Amino acid sequence: MPTPKVKFNETAAKGDILEVKTMIDHDMESGQRKDAAGKVVPRKIINAFACTLNGKMLFSAELAPAISANPALNFFFTATESGTLEFKWTDDDGSVYGLSRPLTVT
Amino acid sequence: MRAARTILAVLALVLAVRSPAWADPPFDPKDPAMAKYISGDKRSGYTFAEPETRAMQDDDFMNPAMLWVGKGETLWSTVEGSAGKSCASCHGKAEETMTTAGAHYPKYDAGERKVVNLEQRINLCRSQAMGAAEWKYESEPLLAMTTYVKMQSRGVPVSVVVDGPAAPWFDAGRRFYYERRGLNDVACAHCHVDHWGQHIRTELLSQGMTNGFPTYRLKWQKLGSLHRRMAGCNEEIRAEPYPLGSFEYVALELYLAWRAQGLLVETPSVRK
Repeated sequence: MPTPKVKFNETAAKGDILEVKTMIDHDMESGQRKDAAGKVVPRKIINAFACTLNGKMLFSAELAPAISANPALNFFFTATESGTLEFKWTDDDGSVYGLSRPLTVT
Repeated sequence: MRAARTILAVLALVLAVRSPAWADPPFDPKDPAMAKYISGDKRSGYTFAEPETRAMQDDDFMNPAMLWVGKGETLWSTVEGSAGKSCASCHGKAEETMTTAGAHYPKYDAGERKVVNLEQRINLCRSQAMGAAEWKYESEPLLAMTTYVKMQSRGVPVSVVVDGPAAPWFDAGRRFYYERRGLNDVACAHCHVDHWGQHIRTELLSQGMTNGFPTYRLKWQKLGSLHRRMAGCNEEIRAEPYPLGSFEYVALELYLAWRAQGLLVETPSVRK
């Protein structure tokens, strides 16, 4: 079970530019490798990432098999309103790993 | 007069050839940020890494090895085995009791009557004190625990005991280090003593210091032990690698720790 983590300043002044750092531990098995018996190891990657603030999309990404293990995605946004940041990683097998953090804008 | 000038010219030429060539990535030995990665003429692998790789190691959040540290922290207080104990039952808080342990392994163990490294010490604790099954070498939990324990010694200079009962291991390790092996017929020392700072094809040769292990290697896409790296080195010179945790590699680990003495433990490091 991957354990995602995120980091950003949870209190900010209006208009501040915030950097959000995220990372999730995941093998990002590309589907290109073969095991010792010569059979293809099935693809299993995090294929999508999304971050919303109060339900509004802040940042999203589609991930591809060439992206390294334990993908780290960092992005910036301008603080405008307080609320909850919801982070969502979608796995190839359909599972969704989520995390939410409060943001206070003064 | 002409003779004197000739001598001066020859001297200048000799000095020019012999002056240390700081190979890329560009690295200023006087940079204060680099001071803690240098001890005398010893240089941590950090000083051979690309700036982007160094930045990953500098930021604990962006250092992917921290994912294993988190798992190690959980395992530290997980009760396992017939004795109903966890690491914490005997050792309390790792932040308080493990502050130097990582810098002093491999170490002679009087009970086992042999030199053991940190991985083997952890497994001895598991089998003897906890009554739990030993973790396989290079398995996820053993890597996580080793990294978690050694990280507590971050910033402590490496120092190991190489005399007394540990002497046979130290001698065997030194012999291994200078012994030619494999189809390429080279010894560890040829790359890491004679030619560090130079390129072998595209690879920049480091001094082979071990103060940052277990390390997150970008090529491996995961955390790996020193013994895995040694086996990789052996394969690269077309030599048959020894099993991880074998006498040969523990002896070599002791010798390498002696070589790295004075450098600060920087586990978990990030390398290319």
